[in-house]
Amino acid sequence: MFELRDKAVADEIVRKLKDARVHLRFMHVCGTHQETLVRHGLDAMLKGCGITVSQGPGCPVCVTTAREIEEAITLARRGYTVASFGDMLQVPGRAASLAQMKTEGCDVRMVYSIEDAVGIAKTHPSKEVVFLAAGFETTAPSTAAVIASSPPKNFSVLSCHRMIPPALEAIMGMGELRIDGFIEPGHVSTIIGLRPYQPISREYHVPQVVAGFEPLDVLMAVWMLVQQVQAKKAIVENEYVRAVKPEGNVKAQAVMRQVFVPGDVAWRGFPVIPKSGLFLKSEYSGFDARLRFADVLAGLAGESFPELVGCRCGAVLRGVCASSECPLFGCQCTPQTPLGPCMVSREGSCRIEYTYQKK
Amino acid sequence: MTIDAKTSHAQVDYGDGTARTVNVSLVDVKVGDYVLVHAGFAIQVVERKEAEETIALFKEMLGAAGEA
Repeated sequence: MFELRDKAVADEIVRKLKDARVHLRFMHVCGTHQETLVRHGLDAMLKGCGITVSQGPGCPVCVTTAREIEEAITLARRGYTVASFGDMLQVPGRAASLAQMKTEGCDVRMVYSIEDAVGIAKTHPSKEVVFLAAGFETTAPSTAAVIASSPPKNFSVLSCHRMIPPALEAIMGMGELRIDGFIEPGHVSTIIGLRPYQPISREYHVPQVVAGFEPLDVLMAVWMLVQQVQAKKAIVENEYVRAVKPEGNVKAQAVMRQVFVPGDVAWRGFPVIPKSGLFLKSEYSGFDARLRFADVLAGLAGESFPELVGCRCGAVLRGVCASSECPLFGCQCTPQTPLGPCMVSREGSCRIEYTYQKK
Repeated sequence: MTIDAKTSHAQVDYGDGTARTVNVSLVDVKVGDYVLVHAGFAIQVVERKEAEETIALFKEMLGAAGEA
Protein backbone atom coordinates (compact mmCIF):
# COMPACT_ATOMS: atom_id res chain seq x y z
CA MET A 1 0.00 0.00 0.00
CA PHE A 2 1.34 3.38 -1.03
CA GLU A 3 1.44 5.80 1.88
CA LEU A 4 1.95 9.53 1.94
CA ARG A 5 4.78 9.12 4.43
CA ASP A 6 6.65 6.47 2.46
CA LYS A 7 10.36 7.05 3.10
CA ALA A 8 11.55 5.45 -0.12
CA VAL A 9 9.45 7.86 -2.21
CA ALA A 10 10.67 10.82 -0.10
CA ASP A 11 14.28 9.74 -0.63
CA GLU A 12 13.64 9.47 -4.35
CA ILE A 13 12.25 13.02 -4.52
CA VAL A 14 15.13 14.41 -2.45
CA ARG A 15 17.65 12.64 -4.70
CA LYS A 16 16.04 14.23 -7.76
CA LEU A 17 16.04 17.65 -6.08
CA LYS A 18 19.75 17.31 -5.22
CA ASP A 19 20.54 16.26 -8.79
CA ALA A 20 18.66 19.32 -10.08
CA ARG A 21 21.34 21.59 -8.49
CA VAL A 22 19.07 24.56 -8.00
CA HIS A 23 19.11 27.62 -5.80
CA LEU A 24 15.48 28.62 -5.30
CA ARG A 25 13.09 30.27 -2.88
CA PHE A 26 9.50 29.15 -2.65
CA MET A 27 6.70 30.53 -0.52
CA HIS A 28 3.66 28.82 0.93
CA VAL A 29 0.75 30.49 2.69
CA CYS A 30 -0.54 27.91 5.11
CA GLY A 31 0.14 27.11 8.76
CA THR A 32 -0.42 23.42 8.16
CA HIS A 33 2.21 23.37 5.40
CA GLN A 34 4.62 25.08 7.79
CA GLU A 35 3.92 22.47 10.43
CA THR A 36 4.55 19.65 7.94
CA LEU A 37 7.82 21.31 6.84
CA VAL A 38 9.19 21.91 10.34
CA ARG A 39 7.80 18.90 12.18
CA HIS A 40 9.19 16.40 9.69
CA GLY A 41 12.44 18.27 9.13
CA LEU A 42 11.65 18.91 5.47
CA ASP A 43 12.76 22.55 5.74
CA ALA A 44 16.33 21.49 6.61
CA MET A 45 16.23 18.66 4.07
CA LEU A 46 15.22 21.12 1.32
CA LYS A 47 17.85 23.67 2.38
CA GLY A 48 20.36 20.91 1.73
CA CYS A 49 19.00 20.81 -1.83
CA GLY A 50 19.37 24.58 -2.26
CA ILE A 51 15.70 25.30 -1.71
CA THR A 52 14.32 27.70 0.89
CA VAL A 53 10.61 27.49 1.65
CA SER A 54 9.19 30.28 3.77
CA GLN A 55 5.74 30.90 5.14
CA GLY A 56 4.06 34.02 3.86
CA PRO A 57 0.86 35.57 5.20
CA GLY A 58 -0.79 32.16 5.53
CA CYS A 59 -2.15 32.27 9.05
CA PRO A 60 -5.56 33.91 9.43
CA VAL A 61 -5.07 34.70 13.11
CA CYS A 62 -1.65 36.25 12.42
CA VAL A 63 -2.77 38.56 9.61
CA THR A 64 -5.75 39.85 11.58
CA THR A 65 -4.82 43.41 12.50
CA ALA A 66 -4.49 44.96 15.94
CA ARG A 67 -7.42 47.21 15.01
CA GLU A 68 -9.72 44.23 14.43
CA ILE A 69 -8.71 42.64 17.74
CA GLU A 70 -9.35 45.97 19.46
CA GLU A 71 -12.82 46.17 17.86
CA ALA A 72 -13.72 42.83 19.45
CA ILE A 73 -12.25 43.88 22.80
CA THR A 74 -14.25 47.13 22.68
CA LEU A 75 -17.48 45.19 22.11
CA ALA A 76 -16.65 42.76 24.93
CA ARG A 77 -15.92 45.66 27.24
CA ARG A 78 -19.28 47.17 26.38
CA GLY A 79 -20.93 44.03 27.77
CA TYR A 80 -21.64 42.10 24.59
CA THR A 81 -20.81 38.40 24.30
CA VAL A 82 -17.84 37.87 21.98
CA ALA A 83 -17.20 34.38 20.60
CA SER A 84 -14.31 33.20 18.43
CA PHE A 85 -11.85 30.41 17.78
CA GLY A 86 -9.37 29.70 20.59
CA ASP A 87 -6.28 31.24 18.99
CA MET A 88 -8.09 34.50 18.23
CA LEU A 89 -8.83 34.97 21.93
CA GLN A 90 -5.12 34.83 22.80
CA VAL A 91 -3.87 37.52 20.40
CA PRO A 92 -2.60 40.47 22.45
CA GLY A 93 -4.57 43.69 21.96
CA ARG A 94 -3.28 47.06 23.08
CA ALA A 95 -3.73 46.34 26.78
CA ALA A 96 -4.96 42.76 26.92
CA SER A 97 -6.17 39.81 24.88
CA LEU A 98 -9.81 38.76 24.68
CA ALA A 99 -8.96 35.83 26.95
CA GLN A 100 -7.59 38.24 29.54
CA MET A 101 -10.75 40.37 29.22
CA LYS A 102 -12.63 37.28 30.31
CA THR A 103 -10.78 37.27 33.63
CA GLU A 104 -11.95 40.86 34.04
CA GLY A 105 -15.56 39.76 33.82
CA CYS A 106 -16.23 40.17 30.10
CA ASP A 107 -18.32 37.48 28.42
CA VAL A 108 -15.81 35.94 26.00
CA ARG A 109 -16.46 32.44 24.64
CA MET A 110 -14.22 30.01 22.81
CA VAL A 111 -16.02 28.10 20.05
CA TYR A 112 -15.03 25.47 17.49
CA SER A 113 -17.54 26.56 14.88
CA ILE A 114 -19.68 29.60 14.10
CA GLU A 115 -22.67 27.35 14.79
CA ASP A 116 -21.62 27.14 18.45
CA ALA A 117 -21.82 30.96 18.59
CA VAL A 118 -25.29 30.86 17.00
CA GLY A 119 -26.24 28.32 19.68
CA ILE A 120 -25.19 30.77 22.41
CA ALA A 121 -27.34 33.48 20.80
CA LYS A 122 -30.35 31.11 20.66
CA THR A 123 -29.93 30.07 24.29
CA HIS A 124 -29.54 33.68 25.48
CA PRO A 125 -31.99 35.78 23.43
CA SER A 126 -31.45 38.81 25.69
CA LYS A 127 -27.69 38.89 24.92
CA GLU A 128 -25.99 40.40 21.91
CA VAL A 129 -23.64 37.69 20.60
CA VAL A 130 -20.83 38.77 18.26
CA PHE A 131 -18.80 36.17 16.39
CA LEU A 132 -15.28 37.38 15.60
CA ALA A 133 -14.96 35.66 12.23
CA ALA A 134 -11.40 35.02 11.09
CA GLY A 135 -10.21 32.75 8.34
CA PHE A 136 -9.51 32.50 4.64
CA GLU A 137 -11.72 30.98 1.97
CA THR A 138 -11.74 27.67 3.88
CA THR A 139 -13.69 29.20 6.76
CA ALA A 140 -15.57 32.05 5.09
CA PRO A 141 -18.23 29.75 3.52
CA SER A 142 -19.30 28.58 6.99
CA THR A 143 -19.91 32.19 8.03
CA ALA A 144 -21.77 32.83 4.76
CA ALA A 145 -23.93 29.72 5.20
CA VAL A 146 -24.95 30.79 8.70
CA ILE A 147 -25.73 34.38 7.69
CA ALA A 148 -27.75 33.16 4.70
CA SER A 149 -29.85 30.85 6.89
CA SER A 150 -31.46 33.60 9.02
CA PRO A 151 -29.62 33.36 12.34
CA PRO A 152 -31.25 34.87 15.47
CA LYS A 153 -31.61 38.66 15.53
CA ASN A 154 -29.26 39.00 18.51
CA PHE A 155 -26.41 37.42 16.53
CA SER A 156 -23.87 39.35 14.47
CA VAL A 157 -20.49 38.86 12.82
CA LEU A 158 -17.31 40.94 13.01
CA SER A 159 -15.87 39.80 9.69
CA CYS A 160 -12.09 39.48 9.46
CA HIS A 161 -12.32 37.01 6.57
CA ARG A 162 -9.69 37.47 3.91
CA MET A 163 -8.85 35.97 0.53
CA ILE A 164 -5.50 34.44 -0.40
CA PRO A 165 -5.05 35.32 -4.12
CA PRO A 166 -5.03 39.12 -3.57
CA ALA A 167 -2.34 38.65 -0.91
CA LEU A 168 -0.19 36.63 -3.34
CA GLU A 169 -0.52 39.44 -5.85
CA ALA A 170 0.40 41.99 -3.18
CA ILE A 171 3.56 40.04 -2.29
CA MET A 172 4.63 39.76 -5.92
CA GLY A 173 3.77 43.41 -6.52
CA MET A 174 5.82 44.60 -3.54
CA GLY A 175 8.85 42.80 -4.95
CA GLU A 176 10.53 42.73 -1.55
CA LEU A 177 11.56 39.12 -2.00
CA ARG A 178 12.43 37.03 -5.03
CA ILE A 179 9.91 34.20 -5.14
CA ASP A 180 10.46 31.35 -7.59
CA GLY A 181 7.19 29.60 -6.91
CA PHE A 182 4.18 29.29 -4.64
CA ILE A 183 2.94 26.20 -2.83
CA GLU A 184 -0.77 26.96 -2.61
CA PRO A 185 -2.94 25.97 0.38
CA GLY A 186 -4.88 22.75 -0.09
CA HIS A 187 -8.04 23.54 1.79
CA VAL A 188 -8.40 27.13 0.57
CA SER A 189 -8.12 25.60 -2.91
CA THR A 190 -10.75 22.97 -2.05
CA ILE A 191 -13.14 25.92 -1.97
CA ILE A 192 -11.81 28.27 -4.68
CA GLY A 193 -10.39 25.73 -7.14
CA LEU A 194 -7.47 26.53 -9.45
CA ARG A 195 -8.74 29.43 -11.53
CA PRO A 196 -8.19 32.35 -9.11
CA TYR A 197 -4.43 31.60 -9.11
CA GLN A 198 -4.01 31.70 -12.87
CA PRO A 199 -3.75 35.49 -13.39
CA ILE A 200 -0.84 35.54 -10.90
CA SER A 201 1.14 32.97 -12.87
CA ARG A 202 0.46 34.87 -16.06
CA GLU A 203 1.25 38.33 -14.75
CA TYR A 204 4.35 37.53 -12.69
CA HIS A 205 5.51 34.39 -14.52
CA VAL A 206 5.56 32.47 -11.24
CA PRO A 207 4.84 28.71 -11.01
CA GLN A 208 2.19 27.55 -8.52
CA VAL A 209 1.31 24.11 -7.18
CA VAL A 210 -1.67 23.39 -4.93
CA ALA A 211 -0.52 20.89 -2.31
CA GLY A 212 -1.89 18.61 0.39
CA PHE A 213 -0.48 18.40 3.89
CA GLU A 214 1.35 15.09 4.22
CA PRO A 215 5.16 15.22 3.99
CA LEU A 216 5.12 13.61 0.54
CA ASP A 217 2.49 16.10 -0.69
CA VAL A 218 4.79 18.99 0.17
CA LEU A 219 7.92 17.33 -1.24
CA MET A 220 6.09 16.48 -4.44
CA ALA A 221 4.81 20.05 -4.76
CA VAL A 222 8.39 21.31 -4.43
CA TRP A 223 9.54 18.86 -7.10
CA MET A 224 6.70 19.96 -9.41
CA LEU A 225 7.73 23.60 -8.90
CA VAL A 226 11.38 22.79 -9.63
CA GLN A 227 10.37 21.02 -12.83
CA GLN A 228 8.36 24.08 -13.89
CA VAL A 229 11.29 26.40 -13.13
CA GLN A 230 13.65 24.20 -15.14
CA ALA A 231 11.22 24.10 -18.05
CA LYS A 232 10.72 27.89 -17.72
CA LYS A 233 7.01 27.26 -17.24
CA ALA A 234 4.67 29.24 -14.99
CA ILE A 235 1.36 27.46 -14.65
CA VAL A 236 -1.01 26.38 -11.88
CA GLU A 237 -0.76 22.66 -11.12
CA ASN A 238 -2.66 20.53 -8.65
CA GLU A 239 -0.88 18.00 -6.46
CA TYR A 240 -3.83 17.66 -4.06
CA VAL A 241 -6.17 16.00 -6.57
CA ARG A 242 -7.85 13.95 -3.85
CA ALA A 243 -9.44 17.03 -2.27
CA VAL A 244 -9.18 19.85 -4.83
CA LYS A 245 -11.29 19.91 -7.97
CA PRO A 246 -10.29 22.37 -10.69
CA GLU A 247 -13.57 24.25 -10.23
CA GLY A 248 -13.42 24.09 -6.40
CA ASN A 249 -16.54 23.78 -4.26
CA VAL A 250 -19.13 25.56 -6.39
CA LYS A 251 -21.82 25.42 -3.69
CA ALA A 252 -19.53 27.13 -1.17
CA GLN A 253 -18.53 29.77 -3.74
CA ALA A 254 -22.20 30.52 -4.41
CA VAL A 255 -23.08 31.14 -0.78
CA MET A 256 -19.96 33.32 -0.37
CA ARG A 257 -21.01 35.41 -3.38
CA GLN A 258 -24.53 35.67 -1.97
CA VAL A 259 -23.40 37.01 1.41
CA PHE A 260 -20.04 38.74 0.96
CA VAL A 261 -18.68 41.61 -1.07
CA PRO A 262 -14.89 41.97 -1.49
CA GLY A 263 -13.41 45.10 0.06
CA ASP A 264 -10.03 46.69 0.74
CA VAL A 265 -8.46 45.70 4.03
CA ALA A 266 -5.07 45.94 5.73
CA TRP A 267 -3.26 42.76 6.71
CA ARG A 268 -0.80 42.69 9.59
CA GLY A 269 2.61 43.43 8.12
CA PHE A 270 1.08 44.69 4.88
CA PRO A 271 -0.48 47.90 3.65
CA VAL A 272 -4.12 47.80 2.57
CA ILE A 273 -4.56 45.01 0.01
CA PRO A 274 -7.25 45.90 -2.54
CA LYS A 275 -10.35 43.69 -2.58
CA SER A 276 -8.81 41.14 -0.21
CA GLY A 277 -11.37 41.32 2.60
CA LEU A 278 -14.83 39.78 2.75
CA PHE A 279 -17.53 42.06 4.13
CA LEU A 280 -21.26 41.44 4.53
CA LYS A 281 -23.43 42.73 1.68
CA SER A 282 -25.87 45.51 2.50
CA GLU A 283 -28.88 43.15 2.56
CA TYR A 284 -27.25 41.38 5.52
CA SER A 285 -26.17 44.59 7.27
CA GLY A 286 -28.34 43.71 10.27
CA PHE A 287 -25.84 40.95 11.04
CA ASP A 288 -22.77 43.15 10.52
CA ALA A 289 -21.37 43.98 13.96
CA ARG A 290 -19.43 46.96 12.57
CA LEU A 291 -22.65 48.62 11.41
CA ARG A 292 -24.84 47.42 14.24
CA PHE A 293 -22.45 48.77 16.88
CA ALA A 294 -21.03 51.63 14.83
CA ASP A 295 -21.56 54.02 17.75
CA VAL A 296 -19.56 51.82 20.14
CA LEU A 297 -16.72 51.37 17.63
CA ALA A 298 -16.65 54.99 16.45
CA GLY A 299 -13.99 55.88 19.01
CA LEU A 300 -11.46 53.58 17.29
CA ALA A 301 -11.73 55.29 13.90
CA GLY A 302 -9.06 57.94 14.35
CA GLU A 303 -6.65 55.81 16.37
CA SER A 304 -3.50 54.15 15.11
CA PHE A 305 -2.24 50.77 16.21
CA PRO A 306 1.54 50.65 16.04
CA GLU A 307 3.31 47.30 16.20
CA LEU A 308 5.01 46.40 19.44
CA VAL A 309 8.63 47.57 19.39
CA GLY A 310 10.90 44.66 18.50
CA CYS A 311 8.13 42.35 17.30
CA ARG A 312 8.92 41.14 13.77
CA CYS A 313 5.56 39.47 13.05
CA GLY A 314 4.98 41.78 10.08
CA ALA A 315 8.31 40.86 8.48
CA VAL A 316 7.77 37.17 9.28
CA LEU A 317 4.39 37.32 7.51
CA ARG A 318 5.99 38.87 4.43
CA GLY A 319 8.55 36.06 4.39
CA VAL A 320 11.52 38.43 4.78
CA CYS A 321 12.38 37.39 8.36
CA ALA A 322 12.63 33.88 9.81
CA SER A 323 11.00 33.43 13.21
CA SER A 324 14.35 32.60 14.80
CA GLU A 325 15.76 35.94 13.55
CA CYS A 326 13.29 37.96 15.66
CA PRO A 327 15.10 39.35 18.71
CA LEU A 328 12.13 38.48 20.94
CA PHE A 329 11.79 34.86 19.70
CA GLY A 330 12.06 32.35 22.50
CA CYS A 331 13.18 34.99 25.02
CA GLN A 332 10.43 37.45 25.87
CA CYS A 333 8.08 35.90 23.31
CA THR A 334 7.06 32.27 23.93
CA PRO A 335 3.76 30.38 23.59
CA GLN A 336 3.16 31.02 27.31
CA THR A 337 3.81 34.76 26.98
CA PRO A 338 3.24 35.59 23.30
CA LEU A 339 3.94 39.18 22.27
CA GLY A 340 2.86 38.79 18.65
CA PRO A 341 0.20 36.66 16.90
CA CYS A 342 2.74 34.46 15.07
CA MET A 343 3.64 33.00 18.50
CA VAL A 344 -0.02 32.69 19.52
CA SER A 345 -1.54 30.75 16.67
CA ARG A 346 -0.93 27.07 16.07
CA GLU A 347 -0.70 28.13 12.42
CA GLY A 348 1.87 30.84 13.19
CA SER A 349 5.43 30.40 12.01
CA CYS A 350 6.93 31.37 15.39
CA ARG A 351 4.73 29.02 17.38
CA ILE A 352 5.53 26.13 15.03
CA GLU A 353 9.25 26.91 15.12
CA TYR A 354 9.19 27.08 18.93
CA THR A 355 7.17 23.88 19.29
CA TYR A 356 9.31 21.66 17.09
CA GLN A 357 12.78 23.19 17.31
CA LYS A 358 12.99 24.69 20.78
CA LYS A 359 11.54 21.90 22.88
CA MET B 1 -22.81 8.89 8.99
CA THR B 2 -26.46 9.87 9.34
CA ILE B 3 -27.97 12.97 7.74
CA ASP B 4 -30.82 15.25 8.83
CA ALA B 5 -31.83 16.83 5.52
CA LYS B 6 -34.01 19.46 7.22
CA THR B 7 -31.21 21.01 9.29
CA SER B 8 -28.36 20.05 6.91
CA HIS B 9 -26.54 18.38 9.77
CA ALA B 10 -24.90 14.98 9.75
CA GLN B 11 -23.33 12.72 12.32
CA VAL B 12 -19.79 12.13 11.07
CA ASP B 13 -17.48 9.40 12.31
CA TYR B 14 -14.07 11.02 12.71
CA GLY B 15 -12.36 7.69 12.20
CA ASP B 16 -11.38 7.48 15.84
CA GLY B 17 -14.71 6.16 17.07
CA THR B 18 -16.17 9.57 17.94
CA ALA B 19 -19.23 10.81 16.10
CA ARG B 20 -19.68 14.55 15.80
CA THR B 21 -22.36 16.80 14.37
CA VAL B 22 -21.22 18.51 11.18
CA ASN B 23 -23.00 21.01 8.94
CA VAL B 24 -23.20 19.53 5.43
CA SER B 25 -24.96 22.42 3.66
CA LEU B 26 -21.85 23.23 1.57
CA VAL B 27 -21.61 19.75 -0.03
CA ASP B 28 -23.81 17.14 -1.69
CA VAL B 29 -23.48 14.03 0.44
CA LYS B 30 -25.07 10.69 1.03
CA VAL B 31 -24.68 8.29 3.93
CA GLY B 32 -21.36 6.46 3.65
CA ASP B 33 -19.42 9.28 1.96
CA TYR B 34 -16.07 10.47 3.29
CA VAL B 35 -15.97 14.22 3.98
CA LEU B 36 -13.29 16.79 4.70
CA VAL B 37 -14.37 18.80 7.77
CA HIS B 38 -13.23 22.32 8.68
CA ALA B 39 -14.56 24.31 11.67
CA GLY B 40 -17.69 22.19 11.95
CA PHE B 41 -18.56 22.26 8.23
CA ALA B 42 -17.97 19.58 5.60
CA ILE B 43 -16.15 21.39 2.78
CA GLN B 44 -15.60 18.53 0.33
CA VAL B 45 -16.52 14.94 -0.35
CA VAL B 46 -13.38 12.87 -0.78
CA GLU B 47 -13.58 9.87 -3.06
CA ARG B 48 -11.41 6.80 -3.16
CA LYS B 49 -10.90 7.26 -6.89
CA GLU B 50 -9.20 10.60 -6.24
CA ALA B 51 -6.87 9.06 -3.66
CA GLU B 52 -5.82 6.65 -6.40
CA GLU B 53 -5.24 9.62 -8.72
CA THR B 54 -2.67 10.93 -6.22
CA ILE B 55 -0.73 7.70 -6.57
CA ALA B 56 -0.93 7.93 -10.36
CA LEU B 57 0.29 11.54 -10.24
CA PHE B 58 3.25 10.58 -8.08
CA LYS B 59 4.20 7.75 -10.43
CA GLU B 60 3.91 10.04 -13.42
CA MET B 61 5.91 12.88 -11.86
CA LEU B 62 8.71 10.69 -10.62
CA GLY B 63 8.70 8.45 -13.69
CA ALA B 64 8.67 11.29 -16.21
CA ALA B 65 11.70 12.89 -14.60
CA GLY B 66 13.51 9.56 -14.56
CA GLU B 67 13.18 9.31 -18.32
CA ALA B 68 14.16 12.91 -18.97
